[in-house]
Amino acid sequence: MKKSVILGALTVAGLAAGAAGAATLDDVKARGKLNCGVTTGLVGFAAPDANGEWDGFDVGVCRAVAAAVLGDPAAVEFVPTTGKTRFTALASGEIDMLARNTTWTFSRDTDLKFDFVGVNYYDGQGFMVPKALGVSSAKELDGATVCIQTGTTTELNLADFFRSNNMEYTPVPIETNAEAQQQYLAGACDVYTTDASGLAATRAAFEAPGDHVVLPEIVSKEPLGPLVRHGDNDWGDIVRWTLNALIAAEELGVTSANIEELSAGTENPEVNRLLGTEGNLGEMIGLDAGWGKAAIAAGGNYGELFEKNIGENTPIALSRGLNAQWTDGGLLYAPPFR
Amino acid sequence: MTTLSDPPRESFRLSMLLNDTRYRSYTFQFIALLCVIALFSFLGYNLVKNLQAAGLNISYKFLGETSNYDINQTLIDYSSQSTHWRAAVVGVLNTLLVAFLACVTATIIGVVAGVLRLSKNWLISKLMAVYVEAFRNVPVLIWIIIIFTVMTAVLPQPRDFRGENATASMWFDAVAFTNRGVYIPKPVLESGGMAVVIVFLLSIVGVFAYRRYATKLLYATGKMLPTGWPTLAILFVPALLTYFVLGKPISLEMPVLAGFNFKGGINILGSLIALWFALAIYTGAFIAENVRAGIQAVSRGQTEAAASLGLRPGRIMNLVILPQALRVIIPPLISNYLNITKNSSLAIAVGYMDITGTLGGITLNQTGRAIEAILLLMAFYLAISLAISFIMNIYNSKMKLKER
Ligand SMILES: N[C@@H](CCC(=O)N[C@@H](CS)C(=O)NCC(=O)O)C(=O)O
Repeated sequence: MKKSVILGALTVAGLAAGAAGAATLDDVKARGKLNCGVTTGLVGFAAPDANGEWDGFDVGVCRAVAAAVLGDPAAVEFVPTTGKTRFTALASGEIDMLARNTTWTFSRDTDLKFDFVGVNYYDGQGFMVPKALGVSSAKELDGATVCIQTGTTTELNLADFFRSNNMEYTPVPIETNAEAQQQYLAGACDVYTTDASGLAATRAAFEAPGDHVVLPEIVSKEPLGPLVRHGDNDWGDIVRWTLNALIAAEELGVTSANIEELSAGTENPEVNRLLGTEGNLGEMIGLDAGWGKAAIAAGGNYGELFEKNIGENTPIALSRGLNAQWTDGGLLYAPPFR
Repeated sequence: MTTLSDPPRESFRLSMLLNDTRYRSYTFQFIALLCVIALFSFLGYNLVKNLQAAGLNISYKFLGETSNYDINQTLIDYSSQSTHWRAAVVGVLNTLLVAFLACVTATIIGVVAGVLRLSKNWLISKLMAVYVEAFRNVPVLIWIIIIFTVMTAVLPQPRDFRGENATASMWFDAVAFTNRGVYIPKPVLESGGMAVVIVFLLSIVGVFAYRRYATKLLYATGKMLPTGWPTLAILFVPALLTYFVLGKPISLEMPVLAGFNFKGGINILGSLIALWFALAIYTGAFIAENVRAGIQAVSRGQTEAAASLGLRPGRIMNLVILPQALRVIIPPLISNYLNITKNSSLAIAVGYMDITGTLGGITLNQTGRAIEAILLLMAFYLAISLAISFIMNIYNSKMKLKER
C-alpha cells in the first residue's frame, strides 16, 4: 500500500514535470480547450450561474484567452481550485493558467516558479464583522476568533497584523469561501477576513447584508492577477497580452458594441493593430491576426467585464477606485500595442 | 564387503542456478529484487531529472525558515515567528493527541457495544446492531462533518452568554459549551500542588500492587481479599489527605467571558471534539464487531465447563472467556488503531491543525515544497504506524497462548 503511494507520487511528479516543459500553446490547440483554474465559487469573480455556465470577472479573463487562442470563448474547461490546491494544479499541468483572485507576491513569482502576467484587480485585505458586535475598527479585535481561508496570503497578513498590533486571536482555518461563509454566519468566528473584493462579494450573497460591516482598515496590498507556469514564456506572453488587450480596449474606446464596426478599419493605428487590421502582432505571438478582436468580443473590454460582474450596478457594488484607467486616476495602464 | 557411502559430492556448477531446484528459487528472487531496485532507481532518477528541468530541486531548507502563520491549538510554545519545523512538530503533537483520545474512546465504545450485542436482551442487542451497521457503513469523513456542522449550528455562540437576558448559560459556572468548543476549568498547581499529584500517581501503583498481592494470596491459600472498595480507598484517600494537609494547593481556573470569547480555563476546540468523536464512534463500530467475533470464537463448552465448576457469570467472562477472546481480538485491534491514526489526517475538513494541516497544508502551500512535505508526511505516518504495531505486537505476544 505504502509502496504504491510512493510509486504514484513519483510517477505523478515525473509526468507533471514533463508537462511543465512542453509548449502549452500546442497542448491547448491540440486539446481544443483551455484548462483554466478558477475559484470554487465566489459570485462576481467566478461561479457557475443558474444554468451551470461559469460566469464572473476572472472567468472573463479565461474566456478572452480561449477566444484569442482557439477563436471560441466557450472552449474553456473550468477547474475549481481552493486556496490550497490551486498552485499544485498549475505546477502539475492540470491547468494551463490560473485566474483565481491570486495575489502577486515575490515568492510565488520566483520560488514557486510561476509567472504573473499582470494585475486584473488591485485589492487589499479587509475585515468583516456582524454589526451587532459593535466593532468599528480592526484595532478592537483583540481576542477575536477569525475565519480565514488556508493557503492564502490572508493567513500570513493576519498573523503580521495581530502581532504588530500586539493583539491575540484564534485562527479558524477553512478551505473554501462557501464554508467560511457558513462558519461566519453560524457565529463560529467573530470576524471573516479576506481580500476586500471577496468580502464584498461574500456579503452580497448574504440574506441580510446590512447586518454586517466591512471595517475601514485595509491591512495589505493584494494585486490579484492571472498566472502561468514559469518557463513557457511564449504562453506567458499570450496570456499577458490578452489581458493587456482587454485593458487597452477600454482605454481606446473599443467595446463589444462597436467592435464589428471598428474592425472594418479606423483612423487610429493602435486600434487597427489591436484588432488585427494593421501590422502583424498576432503572428508575433503565434496567433491569428484576429486574436485581439476575438478576445475583446468574448465578453467586452475590461470596463465592460467590471461593470457586468462586480461593478456599481451589481449586488457586489465595487467602485472602480484603483482599478480605473490611468487616464481616470487609476492604476490600469496597458503598454502600447506596437 | 561393500560399504554404502554417500554419492560423490557434486561440485557447484553455474547451471545449477537454473536447473537445481535447491538454488532456482534464489535465482529468481535475486532477479526480481534487481528489477524492483532498477524500477525504483529509474523512478527516482526520472523524478529528480524532471524536477531539475522544471527548475525545482529537493531541499529541506524551508524547515528552518520562519513559518509566519498562526495555529489555533498548540501543545508546545509556538508563534508565527517560529520555524516551519516547529509548526510541523505542533502538528505531530496534535495528530498524536487526537489519535490517542480516539483510540481510547473507540476501545471503550467498541468493547461495550460488542459485549452488549451478544446480550440476551432483544432490544439492547438490536440497538447495538443498528449502531454498528449505521456507523460502519457511512464514510468517516461524513461523520466528522456531520458532528462538526451540528455542533456549530446547535450550540450557542459565546456572545449568547452575555448580558441581562442571555440565552445560554454555563454549567455550574464552570463549563461552557459553545459552538467554538467547550471551555472547562483548568487545574492550577500552587506550591505543594506537585506533591498531591505525586501521591496520586503512587496510589495508582499501589492499586496494582494490592491487586497482584490479592491474586497471589488467592492462588496460594484460597483466601479471597475484597478488591472493590480497597481499590477506591487506595486511589483517593492518600491524595485527598495530602491535599487538605497541605492546605488545598491545587485550585481551579474558571473560564470567564471576556471580550469576544471565554478566557481562562482550558478550551477544547470544536474541531478537536468533532474529529475525536467521529473517529471514536466510527472505529468503535469495527472494534465492536471484533469483540463479538472474539467472544463467539470461544466455544460454548468453555462457558458450560466453567459454570459447572460453580463460577458466577461475571467471573466466567473475566477469567475464562475474555482471556481467550483477547487472542482473537488484539490483531484486528492493531489495525483499527492504525486506521484511527491515518484517518485523523481528515482533520483539515474541520480545520483541526494536525500534521497534514500544518506541514502538509499551510507549510506546503506557502513554501511550494510539495514533494518534500509529502515525503516527510509519509515518513511520519509510516513511523507512527510501525510504532503502534510494534507496541501492540508486544502486548499481543504477552496475551498469546503460552505453549509450555
Ligand atoms: N488573494 C489571496 C486570497 C485569495 C482567496 O482565497 N480569495 C477567496 C476570497 S476573496 C476566494 O477566492 N475564495 C473562493 C473559493 O473559496 O474558492 C491569495 O491569493 O492568497
